[in-house]
Amino acid sequence: MKQFLSFVKKEFHHIFRDLRTMFILLAMPVAQIIIFGFALTNEVKNSRIVVWDQSKDAATTSLINQIEASNYFELDREIYSANEIETSFKKGKVKLAVIFPPHFNEDLLHFNKAQVQLIADASDPNVANTLTNYASAIIMDYQDRITNERKLPYTITTEMRMLYNPELKGAYNFVPGVMAMVLLLVCTMMTAITIVREKEMGTMEVMLVSPMKPFRIVLAKAVPYLMLSAVNITSILLLSVYVLDVPINGSLVLLVAESLLFTLVSLSLGLLISSRAESQQTAMFISLVALFLPTVMLSGFMFPIENMPLPLRTVSNIVPAKWYYSIVRSVMIKGVGLHAVWKETLILAGMFVFFLGLAIKNFKIRLA
Amino acid sequence: MPAVIVNNITKRYGKKNAVVTALKEISFEVDKGELFGIIGPDGAGKTSLFRILTTLLLPEGGTASVDGFDVVKDYKAIRKRVGYMPGRFSLYQDLTVKENLDFFATIFNTSVEENYELVKDIYSQIEPFKDRRAGKLSGGMKQKLALSCALIHRPSVLFLDEPTTGVDAVSRKEFWEMLQRLKKQGITILVSTPYMDEASLCDRVALVQSGKILSIDTPEQIVASFEKPLLAVKSDNMLQLLSLLKQCEWVEDAYPFGEFHHVVMKGEFKADLSAYLSSQLSAFEMVDTNPNIEDCFISLMKENDE
Repeated sequence: MKQFLSFVKKEFHHIFRDLRTMFILLAMPVAQIIIFGFALTNEVKNSRIVVWDQSKDAATTSLINQIEASNYFELDREIYSANEIETSFKKGKVKLAVIFPPHFNEDLLHFNKAQVQLIADASDPNVANTLTNYASAIIMDYQDRITNERKLPYTITTEMRMLYNPELKGAYNFVPGVMAMVLLLVCTMMTAITIVREKEMGTMEVMLVSPMKPFRIVLAKAVPYLMLSAVNITSILLLSVYVLDVPINGSLVLLVAESLLFTLVSLSLGLLISSRAESQQTAMFISLVALFLPTVMLSGFMFPIENMPLPLRTVSNIVPAKWYYSIVRSVMIKGVGLHAVWKETLILAGMFVFFLGLAIKNFKIRLA
Repeated sequence: MPAVIVNNITKRYGKKNAVVTALKEISFEVDKGELFGIIGPDGAGKTSLFRILTTLLLPEGGTASVDGFDVVKDYKAIRKRVGYMPGRFSLYQDLTVKENLDFFATIFNTSVEENYELVKDIYSQIEPFKDRRAGKLSGGMKQKLALSCALIHRPSVLFLDEPTTGVDAVSRKEFWEMLQRLKKQGITILVSTPYMDEASLCDRVALVQSGKILSIDTPEQIVASFEKPLLAVKSDNMLQLLSLLKQCEWVEDAYPFGEFHHVVMKGEFKADLSAYLSSQLSAFEMVDTNPNIEDCFISLMKENDE
């Protein structure tokens, strides 16, 4: 035990004396949360629009006011010709043009029908789609209000509620994803690299010719990273709750326990990689290509798994982050308990046992 | 019982079509308390041998034991009782001198205080720098620290793989003096080196070349077994001199040796050679000389090749 503790202490010395490692381990998770939270968001807020109002009557003024009053749009300026639409798009700031034809109000009152045109800059299709949806909704809203004054024979009203995330905040989606990414990065990649570094530096050679049991050596190397992961889980959750306003609706204990389980899966993967890789570059490459990419692509965090073709959906099942991501979303956002995520938990536990077993089996007690 | 027994050990690297045989059925024994040198050039198989004896590699054939324990079956027992210092500096560069020593003491279930007597001699020289990171030490100091770490658990057998490679002449001399003192403590020491001049500092040496042992004996006996006359010759044009010597019928072998060429004669033909060289060269210098380990090594190597 004294051996083990001394080894863990030594490992902390390695970490604290290397600024780069410290940065990757502790500053990067925080940076990632903040970057995802404030910069890389797909929410649309205060988009600049131009308006070409050829009627200038009561109805158009009222509609423009409502569009402007919403959080989503901000009137850049009014325009007076069709040419100006493109020139303002090309300048880059303006994303949407709203065009009212002449006699809008008259048409509406006399023919019961009027047209409004929305032209969006679709160089970013997602943003264009979102903006036209928002604008249509505002226009529909206006229409509802004026038709309410008269009785229509049949109406179907759709009442929508966005459960668990009523404001459709992006943070609800990426906080679980970033947790998976950070834990994987810290536990798998850093653990694998630090063990392989001992092989490269020749210190593993000396360690092996000692009474310390070979597998204890690598376990002792994993312990500090487990501890640092606990620190990272805490800091990510604190940032999520207090800076990004993402609630923890479920049990905090369950959430932390599941995160530690995922950490163990990542650590066992790190040990497995380190038992095969001979150089730090190889270890890093395997971690990035075989683990980091699938985590980003196939965990459901960036792209919905439901929309993927069958082969990719099948592959996604062996990505540990997929299960963890689904657990965190369920516990943190939906607020469910263990009874709803026991299947995912069992899969992660199985993966941990499997990878650890494989790592022990592959571990070399000699040099070759 | 001998401290180390090596019996027909063979080590091969690589797969089917590119096999390199690093050790070819070598056998030797090292007695308890002996300072045994393994002398040979790079690529002779020294490191492979050390790694097999320290249980880091498995031999393809043969058996070996250290302190009575088999290197394959009883690897755990061996790992508890030997000290190993690899050829490359293999301590933690970002830990300080003291942290390194403490760390190695702990993983060997001992403490620096317990065996301080043993390493005092060596460690006291680097103790003034005990708070310096190991990576920032000079070559000689690194070597002393590595030796201290390898000794801290009072091993019964100490394996030193090329401990003096890349170390300056003064530190090398000091290092060998330290080994002599350790020997007096009853520790069996196996040391490998490519420097022939260090052979005379060992009790017995094994000369190795291309995975084979050329000779095992005390340095004195090895030198004494060199029976042919040896001359040292020098002239203004050393290159021309060498080709002349090699063509000469009385000459067994000729090779550059410092500022001279060493010439191994087939018999007592010194006068004949002198006359011949006078006819070919304007000026040269020729003296009788005593063979050293390097001369023996070269001559054994040649025999081995034939």
